[in-house]
Amino acid sequence: MKSMDFDWKPLALVPLLALLMVPLIGSSSTWITLTVAGLAMGMIIFVIASGLTLVFGLMDVLNFGHGVFIALGAFVATSVLGAMSDWTNSDVLWRNLVAVFPAMLVAMAVAGAVGLAFERFIVRPVYGQHLKQILITMGGMIIGEELIKVVWGPAQIALPLPEGMRGSLFLGDAAIEKYRLMAVAVGLGVFLTLTWVLGRTKIGLLIRAGVQDREMVESLGYRIKRLFIGVFVVGSALAGLGGVMWGLYQQTVTPQMGAQVNVLIFIVIIVGGLGSTGGALIGALLVGLMANYTGFLAPKVALFSNIALMVGVLLWRPQGVYPVANR
Amino acid sequence: MMMYRLLSNDMPRSRWLTGLLVVLVLALALTPFIFPGVKALNVAAKVMVFIVLVASFDLLLGYTGIVSFAHTMFFGIGAYGIAVATTRMGPTWEALAVGLGGALVLSFVLALVVGLFSLRVRAIFFAMITLAVASAFLTLASQLHEITGGEDGLTFKVPEVLSPSFEFSDEPFLGVSIDGRLLCYYLLFVTAVVLFLALLRIVNSPFGRVLQAIRENEFRAEAIGYRVVVYRTTSAILSALFATLAGAMLALWLRYNGPDTSLSFEIMMDVLLIVVIGGMGTMYGSIIGAALFLVAQSYLQDLLRLASDGASALPWLSALLSPDRWLLWLGVLFVLSVYYFPTGVVGRLRASSFGK
Amino acid sequence: MSANLLTLSGVHTHIGAYHILHGVDLAVPRGQLTMLLGRNGAGKTTTLRTIMGLWRASKGKVDFEGRDITAMETPLIARHDIAYVPENMGIFADLTVKENMLLAARSAKRAQQMDAQRLQWIFSLFPAVEKFWNHPAGKLSGGQKQMLAVARAIVEPRKLLIVDEPSKGLAPAIINNMIDAFAQLKRTGTTLLLVEQNLSFAKRLGDHVAVMDNGCVVHAGSMQELSDNEDLQHRLLGLAI
Repeated sequence: MKSMDFDWKPLALVPLLALLMVPLIGSSSTWITLTVAGLAMGMIIFVIASGLTLVFGLMDVLNFGHGVFIALGAFVATSVLGAMSDWTNSDVLWRNLVAVFPAMLVAMAVAGAVGLAFERFIVRPVYGQHLKQILITMGGMIIGEELIKVVWGPAQIALPLPEGMRGSLFLGDAAIEKYRLMAVAVGLGVFLTLTWVLGRTKIGLLIRAGVQDREMVESLGYRIKRLFIGVFVVGSALAGLGGVMWGLYQQTVTPQMGAQVNVLIFIVIIVGGLGSTGGALIGALLVGLMANYTGFLAPKVALFSNIALMVGVLLWRPQGVYPVANR
Repeated sequence: MMMYRLLSNDMPRSRWLTGLLVVLVLALALTPFIFPGVKALNVAAKVMVFIVLVASFDLLLGYTGIVSFAHTMFFGIGAYGIAVATTRMGPTWEALAVGLGGALVLSFVLALVVGLFSLRVRAIFFAMITLAVASAFLTLASQLHEITGGEDGLTFKVPEVLSPSFEFSDEPFLGVSIDGRLLCYYLLFVTAVVLFLALLRIVNSPFGRVLQAIRENEFRAEAIGYRVVVYRTTSAILSALFATLAGAMLALWLRYNGPDTSLSFEIMMDVLLIVVIGGMGTMYGSIIGAALFLVAQSYLQDLLRLASDGASALPWLSALLSPDRWLLWLGVLFVLSVYYFPTGVVGRLRASSFGK
Repeated sequence: MSANLLTLSGVHTHIGAYHILHGVDLAVPRGQLTMLLGRNGAGKTTTLRTIMGLWRASKGKVDFEGRDITAMETPLIARHDIAYVPENMGIFADLTVKENMLLAARSAKRAQQMDAQRLQWIFSLFPAVEKFWNHPAGKLSGGQKQMLAVARAIVEPRKLLIVDEPSKGLAPAIINNMIDAFAQLKRTGTTLLLVEQNLSFAKRLGDHVAVMDNGCVVHAGSMQELSDNEDLQHRLLGLAI
């Protein structure tokens, strides 16, 4: 992979932000709780954003409707977990996981399948036409949101954490919710898997090359359009997974959650640089931390703080922290 | 001859289109007399507001080629300007002037900042940023309870002359009572006409032509010597100002404003849908589109209700056709329009005219 | 087996509103090195891109080994064992030299699966490729990138090798390496189609030559014939080669 001069500055932003907040928050136990919460939220957002940024980097397609997969994943989880209430009511962790893992898998499968249809019918006809893409994918999201309302009803549904996953561990005075640690673990797992696939497999190589020069990859004999469909489906599935995790984090799901998270996702990939998974991770962690810190310090300006973050980063690096070549 | 001057030489260029426009304008002008009832009047007023709103959006999207999701923010600023001012200062003309003036200034500044900052980045970035900004503004409006009335919004009175209780004469004219409401309606009508013609003048001026050149080929425009950022920012500011005026019109009519009335994402989608169906970059598209859309929205829900009841044997079909799911069919129509009617209704009508 | 591996008949190409190729007839004989010469803007690069399907011919036919590839998609054309090195070299700057080579080796899933013997041969032709094996390709100099581009194109045996301006920006010493490489390739039975502006380079290598002007081929014949005839050279190219 990339050798010598690794650009460490963006990576330093994360601990920098965390440390900056110490004096403002005061108590170290609160700081720990908030930081873990921020990292957990950031990881969940990363899972959702990673697919979107790859899709854009590879095929220059911006899916404004990415949020629909988030909501879909979350709602599917409510159905699956709802059907497995004996497993979720138990306070033994492994029993809970027996319910949660299938919920995640089913959510990913459904989101991926819908992603396949979305790519075929909404995105493919407008390759290369950015304006139409923006409009049409927005339309796709509206349709998706409404269809969710048809299936699950327009009201919000509770998605309570299974018994065994509730509660906190204590680090001195600081309460760290168990679920948040799990979210960080899952997020890290996704990141490491993505990094491994991108760095060590031929398909990953094709994706990285395709992000830089699509035409040349085709000239080398690879049908990059098929690859793109695959990346889109995986991205949608990841968004579905993120939706499950987000739903459990908030313990409630609404049909509008996709649109709400959409804004955060866009901020993340703008900050990270369109096409870069590493950038998406940093952007997501920053956004997650920022949301939690400001949620504690000054709740009214939470969304603004993220916009301020985006503006700040863009002033420093107008293409995001890790811009991907070309275009 | 005068018609040419009035329409800034931008003629409908199609017999069907001209006919349709004439019918619509007349219908709007005579709604109080032709279509009895409060609902019809409300729909017509909304149509007029949306014509101005969508036309201002067309300036940005159709003529300058910029996608911005923050348009409803300016709409909301205009509406809140009127609402807040009359709530605080009482229902006087001074309050209206202050409210409108303040709103226009705020819109100007915001559009300037957003324009200068974001128009330097790529279109996709800009679109995403405007989405974020609009969301933030919506949240802000809901949270600044003391000023904006929060989620509940503000209900206020308008100057006496425009209120329903004010009667000019005891006798109804042609079956319609001459009251403040009627006056308000015609105030809106005149304003809408004036603003629309103004927009038509702007897009047909040398400035407007440069905008279109930039939309077609930004690189070449810059090479010829036009400072693209200046033109785009000016277009963004103008678009925002007209949207603000449309917001003021809405507030004046409804005598109420809240986050959902003017700032919601749904309204932004409506605007997008109308401009796409009507025809981007045509201005007239906003008239046709707004009329078509709002009439359909108001009356189609009834139709959906009928269809849904009729399909009650098949619960899934009934749920799909439920009038609450209006937005679903909107979305489908929207997606189909972007594919199959990229030039919109106006474009279609003009194309068939050329064939003659 | 016909004498010509690749044949273009009456090919027209439009790019947007611009009509670039006006009926190109080109025959590339099997096992030989064909040079495509011509002034800037004559349509040479467009011809190559049309062959590769990157731009679609609006009229005419492109035939490869008896198969009509005119409307075929680029990846499929490449899979007929045609390697293409574009004018801008198409190097993936963020990937290492090794990764660039691995990408071009379609049959290999990992670096170890690439043909070691063939790699050794490539290293002997282009030492820089071996030297910078694990470095990001973007760090190479222009000339080294050019070598990598050609090395990539030959990492697996191909029937036809198409190169757009192989000698551009190369120092004379490296040019000799390049000529050596092409000569060796020819000996292995590869057919080559090169676009060149460097006429002395062309003269040393070409068996067959086609000259383009204004979007069509105005002369085709053997390189020997062209280099013997100074009048012809002046007429077609404006200078002697």
